[in-house]
Amino acid sequence: MKTDELVTLLATGAGPVEPNASSRRYATALGWGAFGATLLMAILLGVRPDLDAAARLPMFWIKLGLPAFLTVASLVAASRLSRPGAQLGRLPAALAAPVLAVWLLTAYVLLAAPPPERVELVMGRTWQYCLFSLPMLSVPVFVATFWAMKGLAPTRLALAGAAAGLLAGAIGALVYALHCPEMEAPFLGVWYVAGMLIPAAAGALLGPIVLRW
Amino acid sequence: MRDLFIRGLGGDAAAYRAFLTELSAHLRAFFRRRMSGLPDDVEDLMQETLLAVHNQRHTYDPGQPLTAWVYAIAKYKLVDLLRRRAGHEVRNDALDDELDVLAHNDSEAAESRLDLAKLLVHLPDRQRLPIVCMKLQGMSVVETARATGMSESAVKVGVHRGLKALAAMIRTRR
Repeated sequence: MKTDELVTLLATGAGPVEPNASSRRYATALGWGAFGATLLMAILLGVRPDLDAAARLPMFWIKLGLPAFLTVASLVAASRLSRPGAQLGRLPAALAAPVLAVWLLTAYVLLAAPPPERVELVMGRTWQYCLFSLPMLSVPVFVATFWAMKGLAPTRLALAGAAAGLLAGAIGALVYALHCPEMEAPFLGVWYVAGMLIPAAAGALLGPIVLRW
Repeated sequence: MRDLFIRGLGGDAAAYRAFLTELSAHLRAFFRRRMSGLPDDVEDLMQETLLAVHNQRHTYDPGQPLTAWVYAIAKYKLVDLLRRRAGHEVRNDALDDELDVLAHNDSEAAESRLDLAKLLVHLPDRQRLPIVCMKLQGMSVVETARATGMSESAVKVGVHRGLKALAAMIRTRR
């Protein structure tokens, strides 16, 4: 095929392109993904019965705050990594900052507690359950975000997959926090972070396989 | 060139055509400089990249430098080709072609090994018919819809998905 023929083929009848394709695709993906995660949580796990009382405690909002910050930062990262040539800029720092803040709080709480209680502060009563349920709740957003990326053009596939996975994990954690009864910072700093990193790692592995174009 | 592309994205087919023609010369030069060991693949990869630019044109953000966007796509396609090649054949072929390095210039358009007619056969009707009518015969969306009995939105979707399927076929056939 001659290049002229290809150019003609591509240019003929090429109508206008709708602007903001990336944001619209992400909006659709996140809408369905977050809806799916909330539905899964409500049906399989249930909202914690003492939500009213818990919502008056600062720790409840810290527990929502960590995944909320990570949701915003990883959404920006994912949408930039979906477009060829877009730079990440200061995003790695924005992703690290909320985690570091929670780790500082974790260190403070552990140092202030009497040594015999420290293990229980970290392990809580539900760590195994958290490590399973949080990634499970991230599955709807994981699938939806990969769908969104598949329709765009990521060029760094492992990194893009990791960002998609982290976004899914962060929203999974946000929804899981409405169910989870744990109210200690060390639990958040260890198990929530680990729970969000599981889908991120899965995304980094799947990206190069699934996202090729 | 960026201006031509922006006008193309707005629906100006003549500007878009001029953009693609200019881009093809740049891409050819880019790949030729980086693929001295694979001269036969330059034109194929350039066309594959041109098709990718077209298929992914909705991912261009007007606030972004065009060079960065095009370069990222071209590099991605080049790395993709080299990675696929590494698995298939030893990369010591065509070493004697170094002497030819001055014999080629940007606008020397060779014919690629991609055969559109042969590729189109593999597409399902709902993608092939809209491409043949709109892209090869120059019919409008309305005319194509009438000729094929498809809805207008199905025609647009068919063209879009068909071109993506062609890109995937070209990529995996190597």
